[in-house]
Amino acid sequence: MADDHSHSDHQEGFWSKYWFSTDHKVIGIQYGITAMLFLLFGFGLMLLMRWQLASPGVEIPLLGALTPEMYNQFGAMHGTIMVFLGVVPLAVGAFGNYVVPLQIGAPDMAFPRLNMASYHVYFWGGVVMLASFFVPEGAAKSGWTSYPPLANIETMGQTMWLWGMVLLITSSLLGAVNFLVTIIQLRTEGMTYFKMPFFVWAQFVTAFLLLLAFPPLEAAGFLQLADRLLGTSFFMPSGLVTAEGPLEVAGGGSPLLWQHLFWFLAHPEVYVLILPAMGIVAEVLANNTRKPLWGYKLMVYSVIFLGFMSFIVWAHHMFITGMGTAISAFFQVTTMIISIPSVVILSALFITLFGGSIRFNTAMWFALGFIPMFGIGGLTGLPLGLAPTDIPLHDTYYVIGHFHYVVAPGTIFALFAGIYYWYPKVTGRTMNETLGRIHFWGSMIAMNGIFLPMLHQGMVGMSRRLFDGGLTYSFTEGVIHYNSVMAVSAFVLLLFQLPFIYNFLTSIKWGRKVTKSNYWEATTLEWSAAPTPPVGHGNFATIPTVYHGPYEYSVPGHELDYCPQEVPIQLPDVADQTVEP
Amino acid sequence: MQIPYEVTARPDTGVNNAKLGIWLFLASEVMLFGGLFAAYVFLRIGADAWPGMMVYGTEMMAERADEILNVPLATLNTMILIASSVTMVMSWAALKMDRFDRYKLYMGLTILLALGFLVVKAFEYGDKFDHHWYASTNNFLGIYFVLTGLHAIHVTGGIVLNAYFWGPGTKLWKRGTPRDKAHFTNRIEVAGLYWHFVDLVWIFLFPMIYLI
Repeated sequence: MADDHSHSDHQEGFWSKYWFSTDHKVIGIQYGITAMLFLLFGFGLMLLMRWQLASPGVEIPLLGALTPEMYNQFGAMHGTIMVFLGVVPLAVGAFGNYVVPLQIGAPDMAFPRLNMASYHVYFWGGVVMLASFFVPEGAAKSGWTSYPPLANIETMGQTMWLWGMVLLITSSLLGAVNFLVTIIQLRTEGMTYFKMPFFVWAQFVTAFLLLLAFPPLEAAGFLQLADRLLGTSFFMPSGLVTAEGPLEVAGGGSPLLWQHLFWFLAHPEVYVLILPAMGIVAEVLANNTRKPLWGYKLMVYSVIFLGFMSFIVWAHHMFITGMGTAISAFFQVTTMIISIPSVVILSALFITLFGGSIRFNTAMWFALGFIPMFGIGGLTGLPLGLAPTDIPLHDTYYVIGHFHYVVAPGTIFALFAGIYYWYPKVTGRTMNETLGRIHFWGSMIAMNGIFLPMLHQGMVGMSRRLFDGGLTYSFTEGVIHYNSVMAVSAFVLLLFQLPFIYNFLTSIKWGRKVTKSNYWEATTLEWSAAPTPPVGHGNFATIPTVYHGPYEYSVPGHELDYCPQEVPIQLPDVADQTVEP
Repeated sequence: MQIPYEVTARPDTGVNNAKLGIWLFLASEVMLFGGLFAAYVFLRIGADAWPGMMVYGTEMMAERADEILNVPLATLNTMILIASSVTMVMSWAALKMDRFDRYKLYMGLTILLALGFLVVKAFEYGDKFDHHWYASTNNFLGIYFVLTGLHAIHVTGGIVLNAYFWGPGTKLWKRGTPRDKAHFTNRIEVAGLYWHFVDLVWIFLFPMIYLI
């Protein structure tokens, strides 16, 4: 409901230009920078935990030895920060904000001021989360899932966690409404739904998931806040006893209620993490194989089906809670069904490679890395979706390995691909290819060094929650030395992020200048119709009209190997090419 | 830079941006209250007695919700909210007919009725506190306070929004061009959709908590 002001013709100060900006491109960059800093911070927490697991009790320089309380804080906050403050804001807030309006030919998001508000609420949610480390007895310690009754009787950090989550949920709600309205209302002339790039489709479905899946967690958050602050017993069963004696609460509540509400969000959340990544990979693959995306419509139908199904699979996280075999059977079936569209999308991406003349650049390497890594993540998930195999694997390192294969070398690789792919768009300069390849191969090897051993440790039965890395259990004897491999790999991973950070920062000033606007010779509007680097608020000199689908690469008979969406395809006269019958 | 379809409807979708936005927002609100309603059902199914024990650690039991809650007052509140929904529509219709004075009257009434709702609610809460019945007493009162409290926050949000459109927000209308007037009318329609939703939530809350 913005007033109609003209934004372009007056000089803006630093604050209004870079901090209180309503330009979707600036907001995208704000999200990107903030989210990357949070990713680095969450990665740092993980390094400290890996140090502790590999050599329990050995002092960490500057920090001293970890206490169990600190370890629990780091574990809970690593998960929370990586998911809610790192990956989602980078995938949706940064790439979605920057790229979606450009790809559909819109001058901005539908509600620019709401967009700004969304970033600022996210930012303060992050501040609350970070501040929780400094309250008495530290941050939340009950895991990123905050299961009650443990979370209910936790220290003040848990309350901060809940308030932080309320802010983050509000932010993503504002963002989701904005994305949906933008995609539905601001598509330019000719940009019908089936002419939208797959990335836009992925963001569209993601926004629906954020819109409808987050509110139940907000409801659960309110209930847990009431439990903690008003003394209610929504999640407190009768007769609870702690080390200090029986708890003085009314009782009669249900810890399972929290798990249902939490996973009703958190399973769609997994698809919020993965769908934008698939979208980025689709863009990069089509562009660098110089081929149309294989099965574009099939992928779109799959992603819609995936979004729908993701609302009815949540209880596969709860097979060991004793909720009953009938419910387990239902959720096993839906879980097996939802694996089908994921496989369809991944296969379509894979088949896209077939017969292409592939351009190998860093973005493409990361996109290629995504496919097998996400494949491992997906396949290792199948045993967790079936109750008989989930029961022994639940709460072991196998789950951690599975999930991280999906998100770390899966989603985060795709996000790196996106950064290398769109960096020239944003800055007008390219990132260094050599450093990019060092970054890719180093990260690839190190990530597998961290996550592959987890799968084995988990199958042996090592619990995911051990502060000493499993020293006290004899059955971990055969796999406990993996902890050292994983710790070394984790620090190697840090080492290989240094070329990326250096590359990212220095290329802004010293990177090779982009000589032509459509640097990658792409077909989608953000490259073909918008100037590179972008100029000011409004995106396009004249709003383009779209004539054909998003991936018209190597059209037979066309002189160039790419046909931008805003240029009608003109083939040489067909009469000249008539074939003798 | 002009964002398309801020005031006029997009031909192929038939709505303007704000109206689509509010419908999507309301969809998420349905999920928020839906989550809490689901929690209510879950807790009630699992409870030995509902509302159950009223004083911690003793035997005082309530068999029915109306032994604790004030049904006549809540019925009055239901009437107040429905009346405010009617005046909200009237204020929008007044703008459609270009009767700004009538708009001010009906919007003012809407705000007053909403404030009346909160006053009645405050009396209800006060009565519970007099009996030492708090959210912590049992899960019935807990979910009662959380649901009606969250609803009251939504009512308060509606009052702030409507008060803005009654006072400073009318500047847009007073600029006087047909486009500005259409824009302002759209805003009242959107605010109205939100207000009807808040009303509708109460229509579900009232029988669920007070009557059954």
